[in-house]
Amino acid sequence: MYPARFDYQAPATLDEALDVLGERGEDVKVLAGGQSLIPLMKLRFAQPSMLVDINRIPGLDFIDASNGYLRIGALVRHNSVVTSDVVRRTNQTVAHAAPWVSDPIVRNLGTVCGSLAHADPQGDWASVMLACGAEVVARKKSGERVIPMTEFITDVFTTQLEPDELVTEVRVPKYAGPSGGTYLKLERKVGDYATVGVATHLTLDAAGRIVQAGIAMTAVGATNIKAVEAERALIGAEPTADAFTQASRLAAQASEPQDDVRGSAAYKRHVVEVFVHRGLATAAELARAA
Amino acid sequence: MQISVTVNGAVHTNDVEPRVLLTDYLRRILGLTGTHMGCDTTSCGVCTVLLDGTPVKSCTVFAVQANGRSITTVEGLRQDGALSAVQRGFKQEHGLQCGFCTPAMMLVGTALLERNPDPSEDDVRWAISGNLCRCTGYMNIIKAIQWAANERRTAEGLPEQRTVSLDQPQEVTA
Repeated sequence: MYPARFDYQAPATLDEALDVLGERGEDVKVLAGGQSLIPLMKLRFAQPSMLVDINRIPGLDFIDASNGYLRIGALVRHNSVVTSDVVRRTNQTVAHAAPWVSDPIVRNLGTVCGSLAHADPQGDWASVMLACGAEVVARKKSGERVIPMTEFITDVFTTQLEPDELVTEVRVPKYAGPSGGTYLKLERKVGDYATVGVATHLTLDAAGRIVQAGIAMTAVGATNIKAVEAERALIGAEPTADAFTQASRLAAQASEPQDDVRGSAAYKRHVVEVFVHRGLATAAELARAA
Repeated sequence: MQISVTVNGAVHTNDVEPRVLLTDYLRRILGLTGTHMGCDTTSCGVCTVLLDGTPVKSCTVFAVQANGRSITTVEGLRQDGALSAVQRGFKQEHGLQCGFCTPAMMLVGTALLERNPDPSEDDVRWAISGNLCRCTGYMNIIKAIQWAANERRTAEGLPEQRTVSLDQPQEVTA
């Protein structure tokens, strides 16, 4: 299968890339890992007139934990997250999710930021970032803005990004206090999209109570869903099985799964409930050990 | 667009349209048909080649992206005119039936052993989990890669040692 014809540029600097986006923004796509974009182009669901390949731009493949954030640059591949000690030390939700993204070969090219910008409701990273309170940094020629993850994805395959903007990094705040988190994913086979995915995160205070809670769900709605009411119910609570039961029910209610080849809506909602409970229990255990 | 790509050690310079896939560049323009095209949708992994030593699905890479970089295909696995340890492993352990997934499996196995010279069965299973074998000959493929690991360690006089897996999910424990 072949994509429609397109022009191709591989700029050597970020400024050059932003210039091209500024000039031809509307119909240009940014090529990072290409593991979602190229299949879409081959199927002719996407027909950009130009690709701006950012892979030759130095300095975009950083994973960095300074200034209060875990920062993941635009060219960080999923597999670089899998093997990163910095990630493992800084954020367990991110660390646990990385090996479950697609398959090992796709992970060698696909990028975290590209996956977020692609905004597939079955993408794993958006749930992780929603649960962790992350922000996306987007740049265009005239400047930079920071977009909270809760506002970044607006619809199926749709984000707030302007045509002339490029995601340069996603950053996850470091938590004040003992924290834990995980990502649970049910998939039919390696590389398949999630039947259900659930990202969880908890931060405890000195007395062991929950001061921060993050829960977000993959593949059970038109976008990744942040289970806001479930999160709210946990704030100030002891991390007990009862609290997790209540939160998992609220999260299941907030999910909007549909019947499809991967399972019935009722089945998926049940999996959400089980995964939220299990994920929170693991997060609490990890936080207590932190 | 003119590109120069090092394929199995030799530099090739060609004029290609940006939309030419790396698989077709290798198969049709360079005539290296050991790289196969299967699902054409980034699922099956039979088109896998090594890009600067790292396995990638060549149906999901444009040839222009390989400009200035180095590609290894199954044709490049032979060393000094002899089969590599991984290739011999596939022969020894009957690691292939129809052979369609074999070039990709051998390349993935080769890349794995470069990173992890003594992989466990789990490590090998994890490494090949992006590659489908519709003969379902996975058991022998795993044995073939482990046979090659042993061969390589013996040849280099390395002791048997279990290395820590790099790629598998971390066990979720406190």
